[in-house]
Amino acid sequence: MMDKEIVISVKGLTKKFGNFTAVDHISLEVHRGEIFGFLGANGAGKTTAMRMLCGLSFPTSGSGMVSGYDIISQAEEIKCHIGYMSQKFSLYENLTVWENLNLFATIYGMNSKTIKEKTDVAFKTLGMENVQNVLVKEIPLGWKQKLAFTAATLHSPDVVFLDEPTGGVDPSTRRKFWEMIYRASSEGMTVFVTTHYLDEAEYCNRVSIMVDGHIKALDSPARLKQQYHAKTMDEVFRIVAKDAKRSD
Amino acid sequence: MNANTLKILLKKEVSLIRRNPIIPRLIIAMPILVMLIIPLVTTLDVKNVGVAVVDNDHTELSRRMITDMNASEYLSVTGCYLSYDEAFLQIEIGKADAIVTIPKNYLRDLTNGKRPELDLKANGVNATKGILGTQYATMSIAHTISQWQAEQGINLPMAKSNAMNFYNPTLDFRNYMIPALMVVLLILICGFLPALNLVSEKETGTIEAMNVTPVGRFEFVLSKLIPYWIVGILVVTVGILIGWLVYGLVPEGKILNIYLATILFSLVMSGLGVFIANQSKTILQSIFMMFAFIVVFQLMSGLFTPIASMPQWAQYITYAIPPRYFIEIMRAVYLKGASLADLWIQYLSLTGFAAALCFVAASTYKKRA
Repeated sequence: MMDKEIVISVKGLTKKFGNFTAVDHISLEVHRGEIFGFLGANGAGKTTAMRMLCGLSFPTSGSGMVSGYDIISQAEEIKCHIGYMSQKFSLYENLTVWENLNLFATIYGMNSKTIKEKTDVAFKTLGMENVQNVLVKEIPLGWKQKLAFTAATLHSPDVVFLDEPTGGVDPSTRRKFWEMIYRASSEGMTVFVTTHYLDEAEYCNRVSIMVDGHIKALDSPARLKQQYHAKTMDEVFRIVAKDAKRSD
Repeated sequence: MNANTLKILLKKEVSLIRRNPIIPRLIIAMPILVMLIIPLVTTLDVKNVGVAVVDNDHTELSRRMITDMNASEYLSVTGCYLSYDEAFLQIEIGKADAIVTIPKNYLRDLTNGKRPELDLKANGVNATKGILGTQYATMSIAHTISQWQAEQGINLPMAKSNAMNFYNPTLDFRNYMIPALMVVLLILICGFLPALNLVSEKETGTIEAMNVTPVGRFEFVLSKLIPYWIVGILVVTVGILIGWLVYGLVPEGKILNIYLATILFSLVMSGLGVFIANQSKTILQSIFMMFAFIVVFQLMSGLFTPIASMPQWAQYITYAIPPRYFIEIMRAVYLKGASLADLWIQYLSLTGFAAALCFVAASTYKKRA
């Protein structure tokens, strides 16, 4: 794994809101094709850190590169090479499934022929051929999440950022969602994912655990379990996060 | 500028506006309602001014004055009273707006060439009604006297009458209001809708999905402005149609000139709307901020009160208020048939405001916090 190309590298990344330091000097590296689990308690600063990597938020200090571009000065270039799925469902509810995909794909500069081909494949894999022309507000949550993932990955980005993509869905839908993540990863996409489900952490190649704005642990799930003498990632997490002050 | 991106964004905006359960109906219904009702109810014409009369003369002339006043559609005599105090009571209880006191020996003095004086007092609480009411009463009385003189075959020095014409104020005022109402509609519709549209994208979080894509700021902001050209043209078209069908008012000038000004002004308002949305986190904030602008726009742009009668310093401020130019264009094209050449200053000013506000809207739109 270590000899692979680095797609995300961050040094001393910090974000302050007034006196509050949401993200405090974090440093990490993510390799191409990796599934990187970005864990942490509520309020640990995961989303803030991810937003800085995606060019949605200016870092207070620190530096970093995503997909070969500087996160401070080249945010718009980064945006051409990443996909992002936010915690809150954010596709247009009053557009149809197809209109949403077409909108985002066109913005990413794909031509209409490629869009047609790719969406056809996507609809087939997801079993969503019949809902193409249904308004997004009318489809169930599980499908919405699959659709949001498709919208974020249709343009084959280098990295896809997923912020709690499986929040609020049932275990079998979660399972299917992770199959999509594996498929994307096998196609060469790097996956940067936050989650609260520790069983999902086991599916990642490497994970980091954030506590109060710091990264307290970073390694593969197997090595972390070994290091903390724990049987599951759940145990590892509880040991690492036991001193967290921000979550309650 | 990426044409494909702009095209798909515009398509998205139009689909979203069309699928909104309220907005398309509002765009048509609001102009219809406003144009049908407001010109009928907002008139500066004063009717039925209550006049309390204290007749101390008790002659044929004084009685005729009273009958003539009562016959006028602008005045109605509430009664004749024996003393001024009794008449004043009528004002206090709200029945009368003015008191006319005819002095003792009025007719005798008048015939003797003495120029006797009638006393007219008005309730100033409703200033318009008071001022216009006393003017109407003065004119009515002067008219009675001159008629009386003609009948009696005498010529008295008092015979000069007030110079004010009894033109039909109601009709004129409507013509003055109809172009102005279209301006009000554009201010409201093209100002609020884009602001609410953009802030609601913030509230639902879809804006973040946009901000994380490489979409250009200018394309995105333009996609929020351009649909309101069409909305503006729709609104003005409804206004022109109702002005013609209901009130028989047809623009004297070219309709194309009206549309050109409409497009420019829609851009001004939607640019302002987007700028306000950029500063607001919630719909409530944006509505409140928009209101602050709209109140100034309505009251200082010459919509309801002529700019020429404002204090000098206020007149200078009106140059910075974009609807001022649009109102001037609308009234001049509608009522006087003015052309582009006559109004080039106004068109140029509107173009300047439109360009500036679109630039401000695009440059205050931040994809990153």
